[in-house]
Amino acid sequence: MHIMEGFLPHPWWEIWFLLSLPVVAFGVYKMNRMIMESRETLPLLAVAGAFVFVLSSLKLPSVTGSCSHPTGTGMGTIIFGPWITSVLAVIVLVYQAVFLAHGGLTTLGANTFSMGIAGPAVGYLVYKAATKVGLHLYLAVFLAATLADWATYLVTSVQLALAFPATFGGVLASFEAFAAIFAITQIPLAIVEGMVTALMFKYIVQLRSDVLVRMNVVSQNTIKKLKEALT
Amino acid sequence: MKIKLELLTLGVIVLFIAAFAYVSSTQNHEWSGADSQAEGVISDLTGGTYIPWFQSIYQPPSGEIESLLFALQAAIGSLIIGYFLGYYRAMSKIKAEKSAPEKEGKSDA
Repeated sequence: MHIMEGFLPHPWWEIWFLLSLPVVAFGVYKMNRMIMESRETLPLLAVAGAFVFVLSSLKLPSVTGSCSHPTGTGMGTIIFGPWITSVLAVIVLVYQAVFLAHGGLTTLGANTFSMGIAGPAVGYLVYKAATKVGLHLYLAVFLAATLADWATYLVTSVQLALAFPATFGGVLASFEAFAAIFAITQIPLAIVEGMVTALMFKYIVQLRSDVLVRMNVVSQNTIKKLKEALT
Repeated sequence: MKIKLELLTLGVIVLFIAAFAYVSSTQNHEWSGADSQAEGVISDLTGGTYIPWFQSIYQPPSGEIESLLFALQAAIGSLIIGYFLGYYRAMSKIKAEKSAPEKEGKSDA
């Protein structure tokens, strides 16, 4: 989903910066307040950030014969919501843009929007909806992480299509061309990411369900049921 | 629910590897990055007229150094995850041991 350095023409790179900046700024504010209020969230925040670090460094081969990488934002958005997750994504994107020539500083706004904002927002809503209708907790996590990953790549396709409309067929035609690369390649990767995130979430529930309950991520009732099922 | 999430995850990963093995043995692919393939689409759409207006400020001088930096990224992340999960695990064990005598050895951690 990394749009390469210099590959978004004026005015698009500015537009995505303008859209992303307030979200990330509010994310920083929320993150600071959360850490001040409850220090106990700090290790979980580190784990969620590290999870993004690990997953987004893995370039995996897909059935389409090309490689792409998961995003790892599902975990962060489920526990901390999309605002704070956008900050975690920026850290990774800056690292990759500066040291790896992967993505870019001029396209940072657009890449932050797809990976740090749109994807996590979708994942967050999916998680809330899935737990509300009473799906099993880990199934809800799986769906949220999978769809957050997939939505990220769909948004990248939209961003590129808007900037490079086809001569015949316009934005829609070029969306199809970009989605043909990103969306299909990403399906198996998104599923693997969903599974790994669900597994990771299980361990966090086992170890620190108290923090998750206090943060309103999981209800006390759900934890009780999960523990009963284990015994 | 007694579904073993670990086994399921392992199953999905095995399927994923099998799909890769199948595709790479039956078809000829370059396995290039989807990000750089998008570059190709851009040049198709614009008839090759688009020239990136900004270059990366730093390029890893070789594929080896690039993979070093990617591995470093993964290593830092794994280290943090492993550290805190281990910390949590030990903490809950200590807590369980402390409360165990009063609860007659029944720990729920």
